[in-house]
Amino acid sequence: MDGFAVAFEPLNLAMMMLGCLMGLFIGAIPGLGSVNGVAILLPITFFVPPTSAVIFLAAIYYGAMYGGAISSIMLGIPGASTAVATTFDGRPMAIKGLADRALIAAAIASFVGGTISVIYFTLFAPPLANFALRFGSTEEFALMVLAFATFIGLGGDDIPKTIFMILFGLVLSSVGLDIISGHPRLIFFDLPGFYKGISFIVLAIGIYGIGEMLWTLEQAQGKVEIAKHTFGIKRGVETLKMLWRRSKLNMFLSSTLGYFVGILPAAGATPGSLMAYGMARSMAKNPEEYGRGNVNGVVAPEAANNAASTGSLLPMLTLGIPGSPTTAILLGGMIIWGLEPGPLLFSQHPEFVWGLIASLYAANLFTVILNLSLIPVFIWILRTPFTILAPIIFVLCFVGGFAPASSMHDVWLILIFGVVGYLMRKLDYPMAPLVLAIVLGPLAEKSFRQTMIAEHGDMTIFLTRPISLICLIAALGLIIYPLYLVRQRRKAKLNMEAPKS
Amino acid sequence: MKFAKTIFLGTFLTLALILTSLGNIAKADWQPQRPIEFVIMAGQGGGADRLARFIQSIIETHDLSPQPVIPINKGGGSGAEALRYLKDSAGNPHIVMATLNSYYTTPLRNPGLGVNIEEFTPIARLAEDTFILWVNSETDIMSVDDYVTAVKAAGSEDWIMGGTGTGQEDSLVTGMLQTAYGFEVTYVPYSGGGTVAKNLIGNHVNSTVNNPSEQMGFYEAGQSRPLAALTPERIPAFPDVPTFAELGHPELVYFMQRSVVAPGGIEADVQAFYRDLFEKVYASDEWKEYCSSKALQCAWLVGDELQSYFTSERDKHEEMLRAAGEIE
Repeated sequence: MDGFAVAFEPLNLAMMMLGCLMGLFIGAIPGLGSVNGVAILLPITFFVPPTSAVIFLAAIYYGAMYGGAISSIMLGIPGASTAVATTFDGRPMAIKGLADRALIAAAIASFVGGTISVIYFTLFAPPLANFALRFGSTEEFALMVLAFATFIGLGGDDIPKTIFMILFGLVLSSVGLDIISGHPRLIFFDLPGFYKGISFIVLAIGIYGIGEMLWTLEQAQGKVEIAKHTFGIKRGVETLKMLWRRSKLNMFLSSTLGYFVGILPAAGATPGSLMAYGMARSMAKNPEEYGRGNVNGVVAPEAANNAASTGSLLPMLTLGIPGSPTTAILLGGMIIWGLEPGPLLFSQHPEFVWGLIASLYAANLFTVILNLSLIPVFIWILRTPFTILAPIIFVLCFVGGFAPASSMHDVWLILIFGVVGYLMRKLDYPMAPLVLAIVLGPLAEKSFRQTMIAEHGDMTIFLTRPISLICLIAALGLIIYPLYLVRQRRKAKLNMEAPKS
Repeated sequence: MKFAKTIFLGTFLTLALILTSLGNIAKADWQPQRPIEFVIMAGQGGGADRLARFIQSIIETHDLSPQPVIPINKGGGSGAEALRYLKDSAGNPHIVMATLNSYYTTPLRNPGLGVNIEEFTPIARLAEDTFILWVNSETDIMSVDDYVTAVKAAGSEDWIMGGTGTGQEDSLVTGMLQTAYGFEVTYVPYSGGGTVAKNLIGNHVNSTVNNPSEQMGFYEAGQSRPLAALTPERIPAFPDVPTFAELGHPELVYFMQRSVVAPGGIEADVQAFYRDLFEKVYASDEWKEYCSSKALQCAWLVGDELQSYFTSERDKHEEMLRAAGEIE
């Protein structure tokens, strides 16, 4: 409870609000994720006490998680890597004229995800830190297999296409320098730009930003009229009721999943949100609705990414290992402020730890209010005529792709991926598995090779370690169950058709 | 058609506007005109990363640079990503890089990378970092003798040494230990020293040769145990930890240099700006305090002397790598 006293000191409260606001905008601008935001703003914090500093940075981190959803939903461009999964259903909802619903769902889901994860944090921090310690490369690889399985399983009738897209993504993810040995791989045409690999944000902006725009333009044939956007209190209340009815379980499960993925070192919020999306879809009664504007497809990743962002603070504080790129920068900050992260931090600097946690509660509440009250503004922006909006989106795509690495190479790649994305969309290939593969590919490869080196190529280790075994069994189930469903459906179809012939 | 034209024109105009504003960077008598990229040759959370961010904090708190210094991690492929980036940025005055010893080893192991460190501009060496042999404190290994017995009893298959990338410092130190004591271990590379430290505490590896700063948090919590240091003298922060030299192996001495370099092809006044900047960092109280508490040895070196230090160290590492069978 002393934590709340710390959180509500005027300076800390002000830092928290400022952080949330800045995070919201940083997250909403494509290409500028919380990593850049926190890195740019870190120096500001050298001049305030450490607790206020970390509160400020954590608030930015939090705000950016909300903000990322805004451009994902409104423009179809992921504002941050953590919000890619939000575009899958958020953008179709906006096209259907349900942007207000998607935005409300994102805000509420983020709030729930953040709150649930802070509660987990408060209650179970020390045992969870132990859990994170037990997670070695073996477990990490098994978890990655599970993540891929959720996406294969939900391919529905299009399992071959899903597998093809995952493989395509894995090939793209192996471009660049080999993770273990440092040897260059797949450097096409000897272009030096490929040494740094294909950035996931470049792929996502190309496919979702440019590809999506091309598609919309073709559909519209000049007479563009994205459905009318309205917003009203009554509609808002209806949306809240609908969310309670349809998404409460999803929110809870996604938050929990996101939190656990978040506490694993090196995973972070992006895989967490993609896995939550996959889980929500594979558990749904109507998986074919996902990707076409199902509200649960917005709720799952948004709940998960906020939960994961809290989760990734845990290994940072207790093990000194950042759970995500953003927390790595926070970690650097702690050392600068003279706090040694590690098992002793909780006992040596309780005012710091609990002040941080209390301000996460407060930041959560503040951002959800901020977001809900800004929705009318966003809707108003969406009413801009498409002839004006489309060029702005194109430009934002290029700027967003150029900014993170300041590389023209990436801008060309965005154009290429835009065309590829458009063609694949015409051929009805699912895009989500591709994005998943390029995020998780390097993690999976690294953990697999570390395990194989340690075990001298003996794969039985994956079956003898309990956490790994559980993940693999779950993965197998996720692959087999939908296959079984497909067969059942085919059989049923055949039976129906049999009498005719 | 009219519609398509409008879109095209709009895109073009807005793009043009943004690109001109991005490209509008004037070059005056040398002071940085935009934020300085501080490239780190390793992943987040490791010793190199923490150090670079700490240096950034000194620069910012004392307002030593007119432009912000922004750390950027390019840890891929044992630092190959960073080296290649520095090579491709030749002539760019807004980039400096914090080096580790992979500054020598990575170009040696990847001739295809086309990186020759003599082309880079040396700025300053700030410190030399030390190495210690660590085990988990749950084990009953109390000394190097216990350690050697345990490794030999387990056999190379079952004794896992965790470390940073293959061919980097940790693996070279491991090689030195193997030669000195005549045992074999299985070496598993991780992405950063922080992860290595965590894997020791989680019992995923049996021993590590972390820098003191990477194990400090766990050491203070009593979770890891230092056995011996690879330094000529005892490390002041660890007065009870013997050196390998005391234990009869004076050849087991290895340091990691912590320096700053810039791309090749930059002007002399740019080099002078950065040398002054880092000299102020070196002279700060925070830096001295950091060196003693994290068990680094402050060791200032600049200019041609630094460049010849780099080349002689590179030649030493070439021999070590050849001895380890890493290169031909």
